Order: sequence, then structure tokens, then C-alpha cells
Amino acid sequence: MIDQVSYLELSYWQVALATLLILFNGALSLVLKLGLGRRLLIAASRTTVQLLLVGLVLQKVFALRHWAPVLGLGLAMVLIAGLAAVRRTSRRFPGIWLSSTLSILVSSWVVAGIGLGAIVRVEPWYLPQYAIPFLGMILGNALTGISLGLDRFTEALVQGRDQVELYLALGATRWEAALPAIRQAVRTGMIPILNSMTVAGLVSLPGMMTGQLLAGVPPAQAVKYQIVIMFLIASVTGLGTVGAVLLSYLRLFNRRHQFAYHLMRVT
Amino acid sequence: MTQLLAAHELGRQSPTTGQWLLRNVSLQVDSGDRLALVGPTGSGKSLLLRALALLDPLDCGEVRWRTRAIPDHDVPRYREQVLYLQQRSPVIEGTVAHNLQLPFSLHRRESLTFPRDRTLVLLDDLGKGADFLDSRTENLSGGERQLVAVLRALLVDPAVLLLDEPSAALDRQATSDLERLVDRWQSAGPRERAYLWVSHDPSQAERMAKRTIHLQDGRVVAS
Repeated sequence: MIDQVSYLELSYWQVALATLLILFNGALSLVLKLGLGRRLLIAASRTTVQLLLVGLVLQKVFALRHWAPVLGLGLAMVLIAGLAAVRRTSRRFPGIWLSSTLSILVSSWVVAGIGLGAIVRVEPWYLPQYAIPFLGMILGNALTGISLGLDRFTEALVQGRDQVELYLALGATRWEAALPAIRQAVRTGMIPILNSMTVAGLVSLPGMMTGQLLAGVPPAQAVKYQIVIMFLIASVTGLGTVGAVLLSYLRLFNRRHQFAYHLMRVT
Repeated sequence: MTQLLAAHELGRQSPTTGQWLLRNVSLQVDSGDRLALVGPTGSGKSLLLRALALLDPLDCGEVRWRTRAIPDHDVPRYREQVLYLQQRSPVIEGTVAHNLQLPFSLHRRESLTFPRDRTLVLLDDLGKGADFLDSRTENLSGGERQLVAVLRALLVDPAVLLLDEPSAALDRQATSDLERLVDRWQSAGPRERAYLWVSHDPSQAERMAKRTIHLQDGRVVAS
């Protein structure tokens, strides 16, 4: 374990000092008539309020040292991620919410469990200091992959409807008819994490590593953590995207090998 | 004459408005049948063909194949027997050969090899040589693309062909090529072969069909 963690404590006065920078931004917007003042105010307030609230909740959960609040928080995070993934898609069908949430739940919990229990070996397994940031990072990235995958899947099916039905008409099973769209969707969902793994450390330092460096963790240690988390994210994105796309496939292609195009709605 | 395909009281409602798009449609295709399906635009001709190919869920009624109901797992096999050709059947990227081989890439036909010799005979009938197989589909004319789609369907060896206005966008020469192709397929092969041809052109219905089914507002009005 790392014992020489050291960081400079921030007071609320110091945070208030940073607010001046945002005020400067606001002034700039006024002078240049960008019309961003209002939005800037709302965004900055949301950041402040949301993070303060999260801080309070986390403070509480960290202090309790019990598995139940950690699981509860984890569940809430999964639900929010599942819904957020669907909100970013441009086409919907009945069951898309369940497909997304269920696949995020299973993939993130299984992989976070492996990461915490078998790789980092946190004891107890629910130690909130590890469990919550791990789940947070995993979900944040997996939801991007899943929403891209779902979006691509429905897009490919709608744009390629004629081809899907050509396959079916020629005697293809529903699986054969959907496979090209499934492949495209999973590939698309994996692109962001593949990109970030490719340029990790070259373009910018990943967030968790940055945080650990600020907290005084030796770079060699911070790097190891970052590699582990990258692989966890890649694995959840892969599993989650495949899961969400397959569940959607089962909704959109029935047992009679029919493509239920009529279920699709543009948002 | 044996009964191949029988539709009994088919009904389909619009998923959004609940309006009946097809209502109480019953028809029968027997071996050797040459049928035309005519009716005004929006009368449900395409929907009826799609229903016969089991491509859409039905709200009521039933399609039977050789007097038997078709269980879910037999649907792909049924669709090989009763092959539906979309109005603008897509031609996929690549060469003509690539398109004609497409059905043979499916699991169900894995054991079969692409009948190259038969294809060449069919092409010869259309005045095309073996080099046509290597043409890239993006360089084909609309008529040639439609011929490729029909050839692709014929090579699957269906018993019943459901053609949805196959010559709608074709010129006279391409239309007559297509009619000849389907006519030869039907008359030269096993006696069983039958087709149901949707057409908006009465003279084509006259040429190609022995019996005509008239559809209006989703109902059969005369046959």
C-alpha cells in the first residue's frame, strides 16, 4: 500500500478564488456579446452544487464503511448510466431502456468485481474509496460505447432495411440478416476506448492518473493503476456494447425471423 | 395440380393508426400457376406479398405451405421456397458474381455450391457473356441491376416467386428481358414452379398471367 500520500488541503476560500476565473470568462462574454453569460452561470452553478452534493454523499458513504450504501450508490450510478446511454441515441424502440440498463449493470458489476476482488484485491471488497471511483470511471466510459453502439445498430438497420430484408427473403435466419449491423455497432462502440488506449499518456494524462499524482502517489504506481483501469474500461465497453446490441437484436427480430422495423421511432 | 401456397383470411393493421391495411385476404397458389396481382396504388399489393413471404407479423389469418402451417424455425426454409423479390431489390457492392453467390453464403445453403454453369446458361439467354459476372455492380444500368436481382432469386431455386413490380423502373428492352427470364424459368423447369406478379400495367398482366387477382383497399375484389 501507498503510505506517503501527501496533498495540499484546499479551503472554501481557495475555491472561491477559482470562481474569479469564471467571472472573468463571464465578463469576456459580455464584452464580446457572446451571449454565453447565462449558460456559463448555470453550468458553473451546476458543477458546484452537483459536486458538493456528491462530496457530501461520498463523505457519508466512506464513513459508514458498510457494503449496503456502496451497493445502493453503485445501483443508482448504473441506472443513471443506462438511461444516459439511451438519451444519446437518435432512434428508440420499446425495450431499449431495459437493454441498455441491464447490459450496463451486468457488465460493469462483473468487471468491477473482478477488478476490485481479483486484480487490486481490495479488502473488504466494498471499500468505497476504491469501489466507487472504479465503478464511476467504468460507467462513464461504458455508457459512451453503449450509446454509440445502440445508435449505430438502429441506424444500420434503418438505412440498410432493404438489405436486411433481402437476406431474410433469400432464406437467411434473423441472425444472418442482422449480423452485419451487429458487427458495425460493436465496432463503433469500441472506437472511443481503442482511441484513448492508443494515445494514453501521449496527448494528455488520463484523469485517474492525474488525480493520483496530485495526491502524491509515485508515478510508477499511478501508471499501474491507470493501465488496470483502462483494461477494465475496455472490457466493460466490449461486454456492455455486445450485451446491449444483442438484447436490442432480440427485440427487433422476432422468433419468426421477421425484422420489426415498425417498432423503431425517431426521437 | 397441387396446392402450394394458401393464404387464409389474412389481416394486417397499421401499427400506428390501427387502420386495416389488409383485410380478409384469401388466395391460393397452385403448382404451375401464373398469377398477376393488380390494384391501385396503396391497395396493399406489396403488403400482401410481404405477408405471403412472412416478412411482416400478421394481425390475423394464416399462411400455409403445402397445406401445413409453418412453424417459426421453418420460416427461413419456407422463404427459400416462396421467394419474395422486393420492388427495388438491392444489389450489394462488389461484382455481379458476388451478388449471385450471396444466397450460397448463408448457413442453410452451405452444402450447396454456386451453380456456375446454370448461371452462364441463364446469362447467355440474356445475351450476356461470362465477363458479365465480373462487372462491378456500381457500373450496371438500372435494368441490369434488376436482372441481377432476379437471377439471384432464381438461383435459389424457389417453387414460388413473388415479384413486386419488378419492371416498374425499366425500359421496354429490359422489361422484355426480365419477362422472358421469368417465363423461361417457369415453363422450362419442374412443373411445380409458379409465380405471383404484381404489376400496374394491364398489358403486362395479360402477357404474363393466366389468372389475375384484383386488390382494392386491402381486400380481394375479384379473381
